Amino acid sequence: MVTSCYSGNAADYREGSPVLLLESALVGMDRLAIQRIHADSGLSPLNFCEQVIAPALTVIGEKWDRGDLSLSHVYMSGRLCEEFMEEVLGGRSGSVQERRRVALAVLEDYHLLGKRLVGFVLKGAGIPYLDYGTVDVQELVRRVQRDGVRVLLISALMLPSALKVREVREALDRLGITCSIVVGGAPFRLDPALHREVGADLSCDTASQVLPALAQLREGES
Amino acid sequence: MTSMERVLTTLSHREPDRVPLFLLLSLHGARELGLTIEEYFAKAEHVVQGQLRMLKRYGHDCIYAFFHASLEAEAWGGSTIFREDGPPNAGPPPLKADTIASLTPPRIADVPGLTRVLEAQRALRQAVGDSVPIIGVVMSPFSLPVMQLGFDHYLDLIFDRPDLMHRLMEINGAFCAAWGNAQLAAGAHAICYFDPLASAKMIDPTLYRRFGRPVAQKAIAAMAGPTATHLASGPCLQVVDDLVDTGTKMVGVGGEEDLAAVKAACRGRLAVLGNLNGVQMRSWDEAATVAAVQGAIDAGASGGGFVLSDQHGEIPWQVPETTLGLIGQAVREYGRYPLAGGRG
Repeated sequence: MVTSCYSGNAADYREGSPVLLLESALVGMDRLAIQRIHADSGLSPLNFCEQVIAPALTVIGEKWDRGDLSLSHVYMSGRLCEEFMEEVLGGRSGSVQERRRVALAVLEDYHLLGKRLVGFVLKGAGIPYLDYGTVDVQELVRRVQRDGVRVLLISALMLPSALKVREVREALDRLGITCSIVVGGAPFRLDPALHREVGADLSCDTASQVLPALAQLREGES
Repeated sequence: MTSMERVLTTLSHREPDRVPLFLLLSLHGARELGLTIEEYFAKAEHVVQGQLRMLKRYGHDCIYAFFHASLEAEAWGGSTIFREDGPPNAGPPPLKADTIASLTPPRIADVPGLTRVLEAQRALRQAVGDSVPIIGVVMSPFSLPVMQLGFDHYLDLIFDRPDLMHRLMEINGAFCAAWGNAQLAAGAHAICYFDPLASAKMIDPTLYRRFGRPVAQKAIAAMAGPTATHLASGPCLQVVDDLVDTGTKMVGVGGEEDLAAVKAACRGRLAVLGNLNGVQMRSWDEAATVAAVQGAIDAGASGGGFVLSDQHGEIPWQVPETTLGLIGQAVREYGRYPLAGGRG
C-alpha cells in the first residue's frame, strides 16, 4: 500500500538505492537480481514491496510516460514483481494499511492489458482489490453497491468506454453511494480534460500513478 | 489537380497545389445514411454510399475503404461487438499460444466480413476511377496478435516462447500479404499498414527489430501496391529508420511528438500523415479547429511530403460534422502552396 515512506515521486529516490537497482533489474528482466536486491535490503517482504517495489514501478511508469521505456518494459516489470510477490508472500495480501475497498474494472472491453498493469502495481504494493474483469455499467454499479467499494479504478481502451464512466458516476450518485472513481487509459491520456467531463475524481496517465492517486484520495478523506 | 494528383505529388516529396487532406471517417457514413453502425457495416453498398457522400460533403482527398479492425479478428475465429457510438470492437481473443504450432492462415473468401470489404472496394473504384485514392487497410502481422491472443498473452509469448512468436509472424505475414493484395486487386490504390506496436511507446525497439520489422519487410514487399504505415497515435521518431527499411512510403504519427521534428526526420524518405487529435476534436470550436489545422500545416507541410489527417487513423463518432467541414475549409484556405511567409 501507499506508505508513509513512499512519496509518490520517484525523483526522491537516490542513485544506487535499492529502488534504482530494482528498476535496472526489472528492465533487464533479471529475476535473480530481484531476489538478491531483496536479500541485500534486509527488509521483510512486506516492507520491500512498500519501500522498493512500488517506487521502482513508479520510476518505470514515469520513464514510459516520458518515452524512455516501452509498454513492453512496463508489462514485464509488473509481471516479474507479481511473480516475486507470489513467491515470497504465497498470494497473501500484504497491506495492513489499506482499509477501504478498492475495485478494478474494464468497461465493455475484452482487451485487458491496462487492467492487468494496474493489477501488477496494486499487487506489487500489497494492496488488496476486487477484480471485476470486463463489465457493463449496470453490472459495475451493482457490484460496487454490493461490495461497499470506496474507490473504483476503471481502465478504458476506447473513447466510447471512457464516455460511459459518466453513466457510472450518475448511477452511483443517484443511489447515494460514496465512491471515488479513478480512470486511466488511452482516451484519458489523449484528452486530459476528459476525466472531469465524465465525472471521475482522478485520472492516471500510467498504471503506477494509481498509488499516489489512492494516497491523494485517502488524504482527502482524513 | 485531382485528389490523386495532389496526393501523388506530395508522396514524391514535392509541393502540390495545396496540402492533401485525409479525413479517415470509417463511422460517419452511418450517420450520413441514418443507420446504426451495425446496420451500416452489414452491407457493402452502405459503405460505398457513405464514403461517396462524405467525399462530396467535405471535399477531402481520399476514400477510406476500411470497415473495422475486428473483421480480421473474425477471420481467425474471433467476434465483433458493435456499439451505438464508436468503432466495432473485437470480442474475446480467439487464439491460445498452444494453438499456434498447428495454425494455418484463413482463406479470405471464407470470411464474409472480408468479402464485403472487397465488394465495397470494387464499387468505389468503379465510382471514382483513379481520381481519388482509395485506401485499404491491413493489420500488421506484428500488431494483429493483440486481437488474436490479447495484449498480455501476446507479450508473454514474445518473452516466453520466441519460437512460437516467429511462427505466428510467419502465418500472420502470409495472411497480411494476401489480404492486402486482395484489396489492391479489388480496387484499393494503396494499403494502410496499421502497426501501432511498431511504436517504441508500445514495444521495445529491439523486439520490434527482431520480430516486427522483418515481417513488415516481407509483407510489404509481397504487396502489389504502395503502403503507408500507421502507428495509431504512437510516437515514431525512435523507429523512423526502421520504417524506411520496411519499404513503406508514409508514416501516420501521433500527437505526443513534435510534428516538425517528425517531418525533419522523415523528409525526403517518408511522407508524414497526421496528426490532429481526434479525441479533443470532439469539443473544438471554430477557433480551435482553425488553430489546429494551421499548427499542423506550419509544422509539417513545407516541401510536400505531408498529408493532413487525424493522429489515430479513425475520427471518433462524437466529432461533429460542422468541425469536419471547418477542417476542410481551413486546409483549403490555409494549406495552399506555396505556403505564405515561408511557413513550415
